[in-house]
Amino acid sequence: MPLRIGIDVGGTHTDAVILDEKNNLIYAVKTQTTPDVTTGILNALRDVLKGSGVDPEEIQAAMLGTTHCTNAIVERKRLNRVGVIRIAKPATLAIKPLRAFPADLREAVGNLWTIITGGHEYDGREIAPLDEKELREAARKMREQKAETIAVCSVFSPVSTDHEKRAAEIIAEELGHNFPVTLSHEIGSIGLLERESAAILNAAVISVAEAAISAFENAMREAGLHKAKLYLTQNDGTLMSADYARKYPIRTVASGPTNSIRGAAHLTQLQDGIVVDIGGTTTLVGALVRGFPRESAVAVEIGGVRTNFRMPDLIAIGCGGGTIVRKTDSDVEIGPQSVGYDIVRKGLAWGGDTITTTDVALASGYAKIDDPRIDLNRLKNLDGSFLTRAVSKIISLVENSIDKMKTSPEPLPVVLVGGGGIIIPPSHYDKLKGVSRVIRPEHFQFANAIGAAIAQVSGEIDRIFTLEHMSRDEAIKQAKEMAIQEAIRAGAKPDTVQVVEVDEIPLAYLPGNAIRIRVKAAGALSM
Amino acid sequence: MRLLDERAVEDIAIGAAVLGTGGGGDPYIGKLMAIDAISEHGPIKLLSPDEVNDDDLVIPTAMMGAPTVIIEKIPRGDEALEAFRILERRFGKKAVATMSIEAGGINSTIPLAVAARLGVPVVDCDGMGRAFPEIQMVVPHLYGVKATPMIIVDEKGNLVMLDTIDNTWTERISRAATVVMGGSTVIALYTMTGKQIKEATVHGSITMAETIGRILRENKKNPIQAMLEYVKGYEIFKGKIVDVMRRTVAGFARGEARLEGIDEYSGHELLIRFQNENLVAIRDGEIVASVPDLITVLEAETGQPITTEGLRYGYRAVVVGIPCNPKWRTPKALEVVGPRYFGYDIDYIPIEERMRKR
Repeated sequence: MPLRIGIDVGGTHTDAVILDEKNNLIYAVKTQTTPDVTTGILNALRDVLKGSGVDPEEIQAAMLGTTHCTNAIVERKRLNRVGVIRIAKPATLAIKPLRAFPADLREAVGNLWTIITGGHEYDGREIAPLDEKELREAARKMREQKAETIAVCSVFSPVSTDHEKRAAEIIAEELGHNFPVTLSHEIGSIGLLERESAAILNAAVISVAEAAISAFENAMREAGLHKAKLYLTQNDGTLMSADYARKYPIRTVASGPTNSIRGAAHLTQLQDGIVVDIGGTTTLVGALVRGFPRESAVAVEIGGVRTNFRMPDLIAIGCGGGTIVRKTDSDVEIGPQSVGYDIVRKGLAWGGDTITTTDVALASGYAKIDDPRIDLNRLKNLDGSFLTRAVSKIISLVENSIDKMKTSPEPLPVVLVGGGGIIIPPSHYDKLKGVSRVIRPEHFQFANAIGAAIAQVSGEIDRIFTLEHMSRDEAIKQAKEMAIQEAIRAGAKPDTVQVVEVDEIPLAYLPGNAIRIRVKAAGALSM
Repeated sequence: MRLLDERAVEDIAIGAAVLGTGGGGDPYIGKLMAIDAISEHGPIKLLSPDEVNDDDLVIPTAMMGAPTVIIEKIPRGDEALEAFRILERRFGKKAVATMSIEAGGINSTIPLAVAARLGVPVVDCDGMGRAFPEIQMVVPHLYGVKATPMIIVDEKGNLVMLDTIDNTWTERISRAATVVMGGSTVIALYTMTGKQIKEATVHGSITMAETIGRILRENKKNPIQAMLEYVKGYEIFKGKIVDVMRRTVAGFARGEARLEGIDEYSGHELLIRFQNENLVAIRDGEIVASVPDLITVLEAETGQPITTEGLRYGYRAVVVGIPCNPKWRTPKALEVVGPRYFGYDIDYIPIEERMRKR
């Protein structure tokens, strides 16, 4: 029977699950996340195989949601020295590449950049022809200055990819075909600085991603997974092959929250609703729209840099299972600081001196934890009015975030996942404001890894259609068909492919009445 | 004269978003342009209007075009150089400074970038004291100053000089030229003498934007109240956005947002009507503020301004009203920017009076 492994790396835990072809959970493990991430992933892989006793030959695919790239950017460690080539002259000289980067990150990626002649107008005309001689000189100079990777960004490349693609050919001629080159149109949409920054961040994590993916491939071989193909989960909840992930690893940065929303959808079979993922330090609230996370409409910052690639629309609040609760003169304060994994030393019920949200839940009597180190007598001094206040504060923090994620006042179902979910009293499930019902599915604590294992394969097209010889409906129909074909080419089972998103942006001023259509289709991985 | 550094530009950008009353475009790109120029050429000299001699020449600068194009095809940075040279030849003397035509939105920060790049000072004044959508909606227009001769330059070096019969033609022709030139241009217009600056502009607007930005950055406890004390403005409402409706009409994003009251406003409702900028605020069926007074929506906790594009269900917001410059309150001015011009058949009553009645 064909099986799949899903692995997800979180701040505290690395989880692994095995699913069968009907997406039934065969086995699941939780291991501790390690500082180097890789060791934790290898432990989880080993444990899940050993614990389940399945034949490794039956595993056909491994889906990995990892934080390697995010950590490298946030910690400014192990980043590549990036040569930035912007194709734009004479436009855009007023703001240099990397200007919007925090100074420490700018230094960490080498601060090597140049702006050369070329780029396009909004309607696809050239601002200036690409200056190939200038480009060749720039590429050679980047190598002299010890650039390890190159990021290329040309003006309006989401409208015309010509200059970026030609640049990739020329750089390959100059620096060799294995020299890593990131093209901005593969990552971001309109908004030059944000797209360029995303391309630079991508180019900066090439080596980190290469090392992580290779380590994981080796571990798979050692574990006897000879038939399994490796996939990485992306921000939008779909998969990319290991080879594509080596070139565009930045697409993994927000896969964790996405996997948890997708997992919640799968565990409840819900298509629309709100997902509340309560972890140790943070609660993430996201919206589920037709089985996928709703994407953010505003610029998302990564490591202090504004980028514009598509990320799930999330609200993060500093209120998880290990969040510190403080008494003040007249009131109670919740977080945002947390003891995190240290709750087993610092938490009041464990004999520590810090009151956490979990202590409040235990003292109030609505949560039970099976841990011999806990002594409820240590919570005796927490008086009733303090507990009532704390509980109602926790509830209103979560309620407010749910309300902010909604787009209308109609009550919606809420799926509660994540290990910290015990801090919400079950007696309040049917009383939460703006909520029709609360669902806490079985295996809720493995939603992330399950989300990774069920991730689909997608195809996307984003181009401008002129409506001179076809109607708007025909253009959209054509775009949908192209996206479906893309998904099938990427490895989706044809009969499962569905269009999951259609975006239509009329381009003002453009002669010939043109529209930009973006369609995404997704389907199950064919095995 | 004083100097504006990177910190000051950051603050001005936040203040400009407050004065933008929901519209005017994101000051982000202009801010980065100014910071880029400061890092190469040093801080910007800011002159108060009375430091400009009566017969000195000042050339305001701005950008024209679609914000979607501006965020992708950023300017070259020195486009205004050629514009200055041509206008200086035309007026027969060197310009001593540039200034902003619009204190709110993206065009508040563009002249700062021009000033740093060209090495000229910027005057602490502007043409509106807020943001408005059309070229004739400026105080100099009320005083008979013509927008032309106007220079339109693109990053490629194409340059158009306009002489028109009135400011309506200026608006039409310059917008058509901007489309052909690639959707965004740098413009220089409403060239004025020092004497005109003293009479026909809104004074102190850069300092005002900077101070608003600084208050919102520094005051963590009660940023909005502190800011209102400084601008002599009013808290109109505090509530949750429960409904936002939008439609695009002739290139303008029109719509309305409805807020349900919280805290002391519990049980009340506020309706904001907007067309790029916030135009009218109606509380429980009664008008509480209207153009040309400023209506701005701020995020309740941080005091950060929310644009009309950013309005969405669930935000906790404080809506504030700020009195406009008195030059906008004459009958002639109200013909240009009063509620009736924007299609609301109501009399303009200054916000101070409306608030006193409550």
